[in-house]
Amino acid sequence: MTHHIRDEAVTYDEWLDAIDAGEGFYLRSPEGHGSLPPRRVCPHSGSTDLSREPLPETGSIETYTVVHVGATKFDDDTPYVSAVADFGPVAVTGIVRGVDPESVAVGDEVGVTVETRETTDDRLVVFRPA
Amino acid sequence: MTSVRVAGVGLTPFGAHGDRAGRELFASAALAAFEDADVDRAAVDQLNYGNFMGALAEEQGHQAPLMAEAAGLSCPATRYEEACASAGVAVREAVRTIRSGEADVVLAGGMERMTTLDTGRVTAALAIAADELYEVRAGVTFPSAYALMARAYFERFGGDRADLAHIAVKNHANAVDNEFAQYQTEISLEKALDSPPVATPLHLYDACPITDGASAVLLVSEEYAATNDIEAPVSITGSGQGGDNLALQDREQMAQTPATEIAAAEAYDEAGITAADVDFAEVHDCFTIAEVLAIEGLGLFEPGEGIAAAREGRTTADGETPINLSGGLKAKGHPVGATGGSQIAEITRLLRGDHPNSDAVDDATVGVAHNAGGTVASAVVHVLEVDR
Repeated sequence: MTHHIRDEAVTYDEWLDAIDAGEGFYLRSPEGHGSLPPRRVCPHSGSTDLSREPLPETGSIETYTVVHVGATKFDDDTPYVSAVADFGPVAVTGIVRGVDPESVAVGDEVGVTVETRETTDDRLVVFRPA
Repeated sequence: MTSVRVAGVGLTPFGAHGDRAGRELFASAALAAFEDADVDRAAVDQLNYGNFMGALAEEQGHQAPLMAEAAGLSCPATRYEEACASAGVAVREAVRTIRSGEADVVLAGGMERMTTLDTGRVTAALAIAADELYEVRAGVTFPSAYALMARAYFERFGGDRADLAHIAVKNHANAVDNEFAQYQTEISLEKALDSPPVATPLHLYDACPITDGASAVLLVSEEYAATNDIEAPVSITGSGQGGDNLALQDREQMAQTPATEIAAAEAYDEAGITAADVDFAEVHDCFTIAEVLAIEGLGLFEPGEGIAAAREGRTTADGETPINLSGGLKAKGHPVGATGGSQIAEITRLLRGDHPNSDAVDDATVGVAHNAGGTVASAVVHVLEVDR
């Protein structure tokens, strides 16, 4: 039997669970920078004093691409829209669903959810129009 | 601090090498470097070897001692992995080791087999240079990551697909006479623009090909070259390295590459030059947009001006600052773990006058190599100068 050693650090899967439950959060440093788990150290300030703060409900698409050639594990997902969305103190990377890929634009407002890929059962960060 | 001389360089042709084993490819490049340098293999103090995806492409780990054996070396060997900048880092650590006095003769370079994998698998293998949690699981690939940067650049500075296509046309034209290039063929602007999309706004001709190949550069101390009468007119006079957040989402912005700026500042400072002294450069154009980001990060063009440089003829072979006279990663090919060494080899040949495109830089004294890892989460810059 494997003993899992746990302390206070939040795992990436727990972050996905929280997004899925509508309780999305990010990690905030005292300087106001945001990042996503798993983190011990803020990637911007170097602070180790990280607190859980609610993720803003909506973000805006900062940049995007329509992916026509994907990795094997995304074969059935192509074409799909990859995007980085700006949620204020933190940015998130995901796939945009629920819109015509050709009509996506920088600045579009989106919310974030957790869904599954078309190709596999793996969970996926998904943006849908806010 | 001793200066570091490039005693010899060796390359395999870049392209699809069928069932040739990686070890034999690297041995071929290494033996060519020894022949070029006229230095005995027994003189080598250590091998610095770059490789990225060998564990996936050939199911071969622990490659450095294997490559030493293949090249007939009986010295310590270490593999350097920094994604596409693996060989750049291998060269940089060789330079630092020689400068420190710990070694007089170091063989640096790298090898990559990529055509052993089909398109889906090689796409997945390349993607491991990105952040596995935040990016790869979210469907980000190597081309799509650069597509995200291209869109961010267009939004901030302007530019369009046609500007990028001019870079592809230029680099293909430069590769025509390069016997080591994967594509020794010119392409038209229309052909580049009409190619199928990979990850918009990037299309097939914005992307470097899938490539097998190896590079080797034999570096020696100034004292070793003098004592042993080695003809080595080209020196590495500056070396720098910079880093950035691995995932694009964690960067302040995606239209510039600070890792390149950091690496360039360090390398230029060591060489005692400024960007204005750079006559030509080999930069990491894994995608056309990457060349734009590189020439701006190196300070050769102001932010926002790099996008039009190829279209305006400023970076063509007859332009003010020729970029990627070898054909670049775009047309010469990009065997990931070998590329950084290949850039040093190409600049050395260009400066010595024995490159097919040397005429374009016949009065040049300073060439710069820029090798980037992933989406420029790491960057290595070297300054090379020739005795005239």
